[in-house]
Amino acid sequence: MSVKVNPDKCTSCETCVSTCPFGAIEMRDGRAFITENCTVCGACVEACEFKAIERTGEEAVAAATDLSAYKGVWVFAEQHKGAVSSVALELLGEGRKLADKRRTKLSAVFIGHGIKDKAKDLIAHGADIVYVADDPALRDFNDDSYSAVLTSLATLHKPEIILAGATAVGRSFIPKVAAKLYTGLTADCTALDIDPASGNLLQTRPAFGGNIMATIVAPNHRPQMATVRHKVMKKAAPDTSRKGDIVDVKFTTAVDMRTRVINTVEEVGETVNISEADIIVAGGRGMGSAKNFQLIEELAKVLGGAVGATRGAVDEGWVPYSHQVGQTGKTVCPKLYIAAGISGAIQHLAGMQSSDVIIAINKDPHAPIFSVATYGIVGDVMEVLPIMIKKFKEMRG
Amino acid sequence: MNIIVCIKQVPDTSEVKINRETNTLIRDGVPSIINPYDMYAIEEALQLREKHGGKVTAVTMGPPQAAEALKEAVAMGVDDVVLFSDRAFAGADTWATSYVLSRGIKKMGEFDIVIAGKQAIDGDTAQVGPETAEMLGVPFVAYVRKIEKVDIGAMTVERMMDEGFDIVETKLPVFITVVKEINQPRLPSLKGKMKAKSLKVATLTAKDIGAEENFCGLKGSPTKVVRIFPPAPRGQREMLSGTVDQQVDLVAKKLKEQTLI
Ligand SMILES: Cc1cc2nc3c(=O)[nH]c(=O)nc-3n(C[C@H](O)[C@H](O)[C@H](O)COP(=O)(O)OP(=O)(O)OC[C@H]3O[C@@H](n4cnc5c(N)ncnc54)[C@H](O)[C@@H]3O)c2cc1C
Ligand SMILES: Nc1ncnc2c1ncn2[C@@H]1O[C@H](COP(=O)(O)O)[C@@H](O)[C@H]1O
Repeated sequence: MSVKVNPDKCTSCETCVSTCPFGAIEMRDGRAFITENCTVCGACVEACEFKAIERTGEEAVAAATDLSAYKGVWVFAEQHKGAVSSVALELLGEGRKLADKRRTKLSAVFIGHGIKDKAKDLIAHGADIVYVADDPALRDFNDDSYSAVLTSLATLHKPEIILAGATAVGRSFIPKVAAKLYTGLTADCTALDIDPASGNLLQTRPAFGGNIMATIVAPNHRPQMATVRHKVMKKAAPDTSRKGDIVDVKFTTAVDMRTRVINTVEEVGETVNISEADIIVAGGRGMGSAKNFQLIEELAKVLGGAVGATRGAVDEGWVPYSHQVGQTGKTVCPKLYIAAGISGAIQHLAGMQSSDVIIAINKDPHAPIFSVATYGIVGDVMEVLPIMIKKFKEMRG
Repeated sequence: MNIIVCIKQVPDTSEVKINRETNTLIRDGVPSIINPYDMYAIEEALQLREKHGGKVTAVTMGPPQAAEALKEAVAMGVDDVVLFSDRAFAGADTWATSYVLSRGIKKMGEFDIVIAGKQAIDGDTAQVGPETAEMLGVPFVAYVRKIEKVDIGAMTVERMMDEGFDIVETKLPVFITVVKEINQPRLPSLKGKMKAKSLKVATLTAKDIGAEENFCGLKGSPTKVVRIFPPAPRGQREMLSGTVDQQVDLVAKKLKEQTLI
């Protein structure tokens, strides 16, 4: 895509010059001139009263991308109120491996306000370069400004891979960047690898409601972009002796931010509901082992429901993170929630207490889970669950 | 108010099975439905029309049989539908889908709001919304769970985030995607069903919407699927048996009373 000035319509008013967030417009021969700093953001198109500036087709981009011009692995280092999100550190761990395989550098793109001193943490976690866009106007997440910064940096430096967390923020604005760059984006990946022959990023993700896994590549487009789930990649242990470059990125605040966050309400999940399941059977550490945890799956199957878990169970490796319910997992409100071997830590309750009916099974009569349970069963899960499975199965015919 | 709803016809993934020998999806006999998230998009558009007046148009890109999904939308109450259908559109990834949708929507003229579902349950990418918004050159708000108010040229919505929600003000025209929390979709009306029955669905091809074939379908798609395989199996499920426990009986009775089982 490109932005063009129609010299016959341009009145030399210079409005576009001051509007351009990237300082990419100059006056030459008394007419606006788009320099190579242009990111095709389109701010000038809207600003021009005389309709002298046009953003034209994707034709230009299609003209065969020179793949070898793209180098380096990038990670969008998401942060909230200055705290780097754990998925960003996980991606630096994974990005480091990918960069080493490609014998190239790992860079982090760090956008926000008052975050500059955290850039060295990203280096400690594996980055060679950190691009820091630190500006008051970037404090709140904004689709327009965040995508403008990442798009302009990617246009300038041409990375071969860009990774971001499959978070609310990442999944909102990263597709806009991919759309602008005319490149492939794979959502919600759970595994990444490099095909050594082609240098293609092998991106694996679940599809069809998790029924199948698909491996996806973008053979003829760069950068190769992916959003990646929490917890599937491993953080590297921080090494504060690592050296890297911190590069300041100027943000000139004039990106047309067409949306504005008036207020942010942090909910320790009472109503947030991501899961579509009407029945959830969840297990905690009280299930005792990976094998025992299969009872949870079996009961869920009998009921036609989904499997949930506490962080305890996820940490043990019994069930993938995607099943975690709670403050740092999914917030659910099914019609029926069966909690087995779950103590009922506040962080877990936060994720499930808005369920219609809650059945809790725990051998400890004082377990806090009972405080939210519609029906509490004091007993051993290994005794109770098999009976439930049998009975419910009979009832369902 | 001119409202456009993007809907997708999808296989009911809750019924999709995988053939473990060929590693392909068994789609035979799996019903096609309107992507569940898109039902919320339709409902929200209808509610906006009821409050503010105007017109609701449902659009989809898909094969000729996707017209069925559009007819269902008419049965629910949308005023008009457009099908973007062309052999050249087949095999589109999210970029190429968004390209066609944006070209098609532009072709249809001015609009105030485009509403899509948060994600489609077959691909689960949640990318077509933001990519289409970008290509349309309009602002974008994801995961809308409530439209608080609509003013002239602006609108205020609640956007679900990982840790809660944001109250976001956006300029119009805007592209939003909606989540389950936003409403309860209505059932089709008798009148709507009658209308749908006799409806001839308008179909636009690549040429009609001025889409370049190089950017459409498989050809225009940056991404390619190279491998499909089943997720790691969870292992054998054991069927254990035990003595009858009174508490379980009681719970079973309660759940039955509440029609939970
Ligand atoms: C910032 C932060 C965020 C967090 N986010 C989450 C989150 O999103 N989700 C989450 O779940 N946790 C979260 N946690 C962790 C949370 O604090 C608890 O540690 C966790 O929920 C405990 O999981 P659990 O109930 O499986 O394990 P435990 O607390 O160990 O409980 C096991 C329970 O099983 C019972 N039990 C043991 N054996 C049996 C048996 N044979 N039969 C019956 N009952 C038995 C025990 O009596 C006990 O009550 C978070 C913590 C922090 C600090
Ligand atoms: N082929 C299509 N035609 C119309 N709308 C679509 C199409 N594909 C996706 N969408 C819309 O984009 C949303 C997100 O889809 P996806 O990015 O595939 O998860 C869906 O809920 C639809 O509203």
